[in-house]
Amino acid sequence: MHDKPLFMTYSRGDVANFVVLMALAFAVVPLMIETDYWYSSILIPWLCLALAAIGQQFVMGYAGQLALGAAGFMAAGAFACYNIELRIPWMPFPLSLLFSGLIAAAFGVLFGLPSLRVRGIYLMVATLASQFFIIWMIDKFGWFKNYDSSGIITAQDIVIAGRSFTSPMEMYLVVAVVVTVLTILAVNMTRGSVGRNWMAVRDMDIAAESMGISLLRAKLQAFALSAFYCGVAGALFAFTYLKSLEPVAFDIKLSFQILFMVILGGLGTINGAFIGAGFILLFPVVLNTVGNAWFHGMIDATIISAIEQVVFGALIIVFLIYEPLGIAKLWENLKSRLFSRRPVAEAAAAKQEPAG
Amino acid sequence: MSMRRTLRDMMAVSAIVCAAIVSAALPERAAAEETQYFPIASSRVGPYSAMGTGYYGAQIDYLNYVNMNGGVNGVMLTWQECETEYNAVKTVECYQRLFEYNGQKMVVFDTLGTPGAYAVINRMAEDEVVLAQYGYGRTDAADGSVWPWVFNAAGHYWDQIAVKMRFMAEQEGGVENMRGKKIVHMHIDSAFGREPLPAMRAIAEEWGVEIVEIAVPPPGLEQQSQWLQVRRERPDWVTFWGAGSGMNSTGMTNAARIGFPRERLIYVTFGAAEEDMYPAGDSATGTYAMANALPGKQFPLVQAIEEQVYGAGEGNLADESRIGSVYWNRGLGAAVMWIEALKNAQEMHDKVGQAVTGAEFRAGYEALNMTPERLEELGIGGMVAPFDLSCAKHNGARAFAMMQWDGEKFVQVTDWLPPLDPDAIRTLIEDSAAKFAAENGITPRDCS
Repeated sequence: MHDKPLFMTYSRGDVANFVVLMALAFAVVPLMIETDYWYSSILIPWLCLALAAIGQQFVMGYAGQLALGAAGFMAAGAFACYNIELRIPWMPFPLSLLFSGLIAAAFGVLFGLPSLRVRGIYLMVATLASQFFIIWMIDKFGWFKNYDSSGIITAQDIVIAGRSFTSPMEMYLVVAVVVTVLTILAVNMTRGSVGRNWMAVRDMDIAAESMGISLLRAKLQAFALSAFYCGVAGALFAFTYLKSLEPVAFDIKLSFQILFMVILGGLGTINGAFIGAGFILLFPVVLNTVGNAWFHGMIDATIISAIEQVVFGALIIVFLIYEPLGIAKLWENLKSRLFSRRPVAEAAAAKQEPAG
Repeated sequence: MSMRRTLRDMMAVSAIVCAAIVSAALPERAAAEETQYFPIASSRVGPYSAMGTGYYGAQIDYLNYVNMNGGVNGVMLTWQECETEYNAVKTVECYQRLFEYNGQKMVVFDTLGTPGAYAVINRMAEDEVVLAQYGYGRTDAADGSVWPWVFNAAGHYWDQIAVKMRFMAEQEGGVENMRGKKIVHMHIDSAFGREPLPAMRAIAEEWGVEIVEIAVPPPGLEQQSQWLQVRRERPDWVTFWGAGSGMNSTGMTNAARIGFPRERLIYVTFGAAEEDMYPAGDSATGTYAMANALPGKQFPLVQAIEEQVYGAGEGNLADESRIGSVYWNRGLGAAVMWIEALKNAQEMHDKVGQAVTGAEFRAGYEALNMTPERLEELGIGGMVAPFDLSCAKHNGARAFAMMQWDGEKFVQVTDWLPPLDPDAIRTLIEDSAAKFAAENGITPRDCS
């Protein structure tokens, strides 16, 4: 299986992976896990943030544009979904989700425009505008929040075809279906001409342009699709996890977290988005649980809380030093080590290849 | 780095992670005696750590103190902690994580933060958990007919702003002198900062006062341009609505820089602690701050805890000099109400010496009647304002005390003051709660 994967063609490994993952997500998890905690505090936020991280992968991992501000697009999607549900009551939830993504995508194109003139760290600063502008706009104009004085609104219940999805497991299933569909699309997109154009732009934009790839189109496409994914993720995050809408929940910290997910997970990989989201989201939870379960009463609780943050920071540094290509690459190596019948020398040579 | 090492390291890391998850999932010890479990959703790190360590420290100290004295009619108290970092998203995770402990469901939740309270407030009725907002949170929850599960026992922000405006009026020589005055409301740009505005606007309109709202983006450490705006506006008073000692101390140093008199600056309860004042040094002297629990060690309960709990080396505060500070005493007040509610619940439901359910605890909390005599018995007479709760009335003390910072400590300058027109505030609350009920299809319960 050394050939580069192609659009709408799947290797046997792909199919096997897909079947296993689907069985896990839609059979094993709903049958095995009964506690609400796992659905509403682990699985749902993980899938939502992984979706946002896929969006960040498009623009950063594939198209090579340093962008920061995914949380702004998430806020746009979340508030768009709230307003669509509020003002157009007959709109089915999946359509609301689609339109929220499209509205976020429109913002994505708008804030992607600077990428045509600036690049690198300067582009990062320019895209920060999306983060602050969108949050400011929602805060400034009461209409977006339906003139709620406190600024935190309750999200509506999710109703699909007359059936409301309110229990944590039902909401998990909604999120899982959306994430599955969008992930399949993402994998195909990145394997097809769209993704190849992005990667060409990433690796050398002048060469790409001279081969006839429109930089304008490729870059704006990346920004639009990235914002679309973030918008849908934001709407799901607000409706299934937070169950309330508040601009502060989508602050710059969340944008940075999504950025770290992509970098830690592995730039230019879709599974890196899932692994990175899992790491950034779950590791602090594991550390806090361990701190409280093992060291309870032994050390001052305030110091435990502080140590957790130090350990988390140190782990990020360790991972980046050990494996700058991300945890996805680490996983790949592990897989080839365990399952591949290739000689070790070849596996080591494969490791030297750049990502993508 | 060789492949073999990567592999080994990864195995080691995943083994540790798995062990951690498994050990966290296993119950630690079987419950041999009757216990009642309380969740501690603390915020010990980040910009709001002074608040979290003091408040939650006092709650743990009080639970320890009750256990050392035989529990609540023999029911021993257990607790589990989770770090929220004063972050709404993490509060939701902690809410779920703390939900059950040793097979027992939690009966009360306390986020010590308006953003966190809003994030979980809609789960309360379904999960049968009391949201005990002790002087923070959603104000219109004071209407118990719409919000049966949410309480505001230490007063809410609308009464608080009304008391502040009363204080200003008294300083100016009467409400009639307030006409034409200008108040700047400088607030952190969050739900918490905006919470008092509806009441503030209503009173200002009645009194003919001009309100200028100036928002400071979180975490609020950059306030220079906002204070320049204050200088241009030349207000008579500034109500400062900040969170975290960084933001609060910066406010006072900036006020000093533009020469705004600190005697015209009134801080909200969440900026009214020693930890907020110390970093500002001399700039803090003269600043007014509002209290819903007075600081000091003169209260017998505070002394008893210091002696028994800290004497036995079981104290939660790392720095014992913080016993009797504002946040610690406030946390103590909150924890005392939990235990009083638990006692009520046991008695009301014929379960003395047994654990109670969320619904029973809710009824017990609603039956709180903190008369001056009862507070005296508990050893906190004068520390908090007397109050009682009822089916419709979920806001406790409608009174606050004004304190002034003298450079070293807070000095109480007024007694417990209620708003000038409490009924007007109550009407605002009922209107707001009714609007919420209508929008969300809630039928208010009958409280008559």
